[in-house]
Amino acid sequence: MFDQGIIDMLKTGLFESLYMILASTCVGYLLGLPMGIVLTITDKDGIKPNGVIYKILDVFANIVRSVPFLILVVLLIPFTRLLLGKSYGPTATIVPLVIAATPFIGRMVESSLKEVDHGVIEAAQSMGASTWTIIRKVLLVEARTPLIVGATIAIGTILGYSAMAGAVGGGGLGDIAIRYGYYRYQTDIMIVTVVILVVLAQLFQGLGMFLSKRLDKRSTK
Amino acid sequence: MEPIIQIKNVSKTFESKSGQVKALQNISIDIEKGDIFGMIGMSGAGKSTLVRCINFLERPTDGTVIIDGKDLGNISNKELRKTRMEIAMIFQHFNLLMQRTVIDNVCFPLEIAGVKKKEAKDRARELLKIVGLENKENAYPVQLSGGQKQRVAIARAIANNPKILLCDEATSALDPETTNSILNLLKDINKRFGITIVVITHEMKVIQEICNKVAILNNGKLAETGYVKDIFTEPKTDEAKRLVYQGTSMTALMNGQRFIRIVFGEQSSFEPVIGNMILSFNTPINIMGADTRNIGGKAMGEMILQLPEDEVIAEKMITYLRNRKLVVEEVDLNV
Repeated sequence: MFDQGIIDMLKTGLFESLYMILASTCVGYLLGLPMGIVLTITDKDGIKPNGVIYKILDVFANIVRSVPFLILVVLLIPFTRLLLGKSYGPTATIVPLVIAATPFIGRMVESSLKEVDHGVIEAAQSMGASTWTIIRKVLLVEARTPLIVGATIAIGTILGYSAMAGAVGGGGLGDIAIRYGYYRYQTDIMIVTVVILVVLAQLFQGLGMFLSKRLDKRSTK
Repeated sequence: MEPIIQIKNVSKTFESKSGQVKALQNISIDIEKGDIFGMIGMSGAGKSTLVRCINFLERPTDGTVIIDGKDLGNISNKELRKTRMEIAMIFQHFNLLMQRTVIDNVCFPLEIAGVKKKEAKDRARELLKIVGLENKENAYPVQLSGGQKQRVAIARAIANNPKILLCDEATSALDPETTNSILNLLKDINKRFGITIVVITHEMKVIQEICNKVAILNNGKLAETGYVKDIFTEPKTDEAKRLVYQGTSMTALMNGQRFIRIVFGEQSSFEPVIGNMILSFNTPINIMGADTRNIGGKAMGEMILQLPEDEVIAEKMITYLRNRKLVVEEVDLNV
């Protein structure tokens, strides 16, 4: 149906997309996980309440999350150029992706960690556990199921964002879908890219749900 | 010897949007080593806050808490965490780590204390044997019954050989039979390891069953404290009376007449006191209720009598009973 050139292009697009999604998810968690932890423990019912730190992160998360992603990409062009020397292509897209994903992931982590029963945290405190021990051995372990579910949702959202970045030269499958499907009216190519994106989303979702169920010891099944 | 727990003039005030809540007001209690000390009160009396002041999960607004000679308000955070390893705690809802197996739950405090993995596992197995769950080590908490969960929590609590064990409504979520088995386990632990136990409860039954001393809390204040035996025979405050009369629910029979409650110790059961009294006054009395309770392993009888309408005879009867060394007190069943 397609010639070799188009197939190669789709392959490259797929790898670029995977690269953007996985790299931004990783960096996003590197920043978002600590952010979520800090949001959890500095909240007024947390184990180290601190109104100022909580408020700063809270406001930051709300501001970033209320800017539409495409606008964020455009706004960040000077910053991206400063950081990487160019503002287009998959690597450059990772910058706005990370900035958009971090507060999203932070919130996701916060809500997961807040699901942990306060009594269990209190029990750990009564045993003389330090804040750090409680984070590592109680919060992150007891909340692992919602954390994995959250990660699945985060990857899905980042996948969507990465495709959107195609509109402004971001590379990957989204880029191909826009260029061929929208500008050149090659609907068949567009449909193929969309199918690949859907399959990708399904794969991530399935894997996440499988892991979260497998690792959950709270149900008797 | 110095008491192992000294609570001195402790107050705790919570700030809330609707103003200040005085959870505890000027409470002083001494608990001796080896005691099983009960703290009882209605919900909202402040007992949970008070027990959390003993390990500083709640910092008192005022006053001092001295554990084994150490003033908790005057030590660093690090030292406080170390002291907490000597003050274990169990809870109403067990608070086990749901994502860890039974044995890993018991290992948790040992991990915190920095015990090596292999040593911790050995110690945990030993503890599971003590609480009778050696065959459940690889189960997850969700697979256990309430009583079994509390046994795991107890094994976990005593893992680091604490000097003190705090029990916050530890049997309130359990059925009566399981409650008894948990109370027996606590008694056993108190005897075998000499661990001082503080029991928070709203049930007089629990206090009677295992405590030697009790403090009665009411609205954040200490109403009465002393040996369980003494408070059971002669409750002085209304709050104490209300708790002791729990279970003697004859309020509905009140009709303006006077009631008395008499308590029999061990020595008073040889003479048929009531029978002799009726014979000597030639006036019948109405027995409203009678009960035998187990107070710290001793049988104590109590009886509620309705006095005759004739005031003179009624007074004479009270004197008669008092002369026979019985504890007699007027009961207002409406307290």
